Amino acid sequence: MSIIKVSISDAKVANHPHRLRTTGLGSCVGIVLYDNQRKMAGMAHIMLPESTMARRGDLNLHKYADTAIEYVYEELITKGMKKQAMKAMIAGGAQMFQSKSANEMMRIGPRNVEAVKKELSSRGIPLVAEDTGGTNGRTIEFDIGSSELSVKTVAKGAKTLR
Amino acid sequence: MTAELGKFHLDVLKEIGNIGAGHGATALSSLLDRTIDMKVPEVRVAGFDEVTEMTGGAEEIVVTTYLRMTGDAPATMFFILPPDQADYFTSEMTGIRDGSFKEMNPGTMKVSAAQELGNILAGSYLSALSDFTKLDLEPSVPELAVDMFGAIVSSGLIEVSNVTDEVIIIETILVDPEKDEEINGYFLLLPDPGSYKTIFHALGVPVDED
Repeated sequence: MSIIKVSISDAKVANHPHRLRTTGLGSCVGIVLYDNQRKMAGMAHIMLPESTMARRGDLNLHKYADTAIEYVYEELITKGMKKQAMKAMIAGGAQMFQSKSANEMMRIGPRNVEAVKKELSSRGIPLVAEDTGGTNGRTIEFDIGSSELSVKTVAKGAKTLR
Repeated sequence: MTAELGKFHLDVLKEIGNIGAGHGATALSSLLDRTIDMKVPEVRVAGFDEVTEMTGGAEEIVVTTYLRMTGDAPATMFFILPPDQADYFTSEMTGIRDGSFKEMNPGTMKVSAAQELGNILAGSYLSALSDFTKLDLEPSVPELAVDMFGAIVSSGLIEVSNVTDEVIIIETILVDPEKDEEINGYFLLLPDPGSYKTIFHALGVPVDED
């Protein structure tokens, strides 16, 4: 078993017995697409809601909710996952700073969550569990074998989504 | 973004870190009534993953003051303290020994002391920067957060991330000369992509137009 690290603006897919992990989610959202029968999963750590926000041509596909979900989805389908078996869990999308004087970009957390949900529902992928919003950073780790997502925070301890 | 910047430009940004953090260090010295020194600032061009893994890594708990700067040259600034250092400073300031950022139970007095500390330091950094460049820079009300480094610092990358996958960071470390050069805290300044030209122009430094 090894822990596969997913960085910020990054996406990976893996099989049992591995785990997928991403650290320090603030306003970013960690997305897990998985199939508990095939024991296969993909994880993305997105920063922004939509690739149409990009002000330049050379897109980093893993940075945006829409393109990152598309990437992980296609990778999993290519590796043999059935669309009907695909499920999702998400965590993150916090608002780390509350400042009213801060610009609209600071409310990016809730917008990220919204964009992720919209993208999942448009693909008909059921959202099984989520731990989103609030004002805390999160570290998540998905155990592909048990389909459990552990969510760790600094101030509010840890929980397991299943 | 980075292709346009030569070594000379990076040196100018280093000087900005010098002047800003120098004033911050002086403010901290007088607040604590002891000498606080600073290291030579580092200017790095880094990918987002490198930024979030800086220092102790994305999961490391930090006590951070965040400030958004608007006006002529928009930027994001963080003043970051390791929890034990925040405990030390706030105990010195309040005389209260109980409670700790390290244990996540600092209490309201230490939290407001940390807030005050961040306000003073970030404020002196920015006013020095504003004086030096003669630019109109308006700081937001500083905010304090105690959380994972990666979760906090990624907030400062959002503005940049729409344009590029790299950021220029001006990092200045403060040290306590009496405590074996232990790191006291550090400033991170992340200018928005469009702000470099404004800063260079204000300082009379030529930039290649693209």
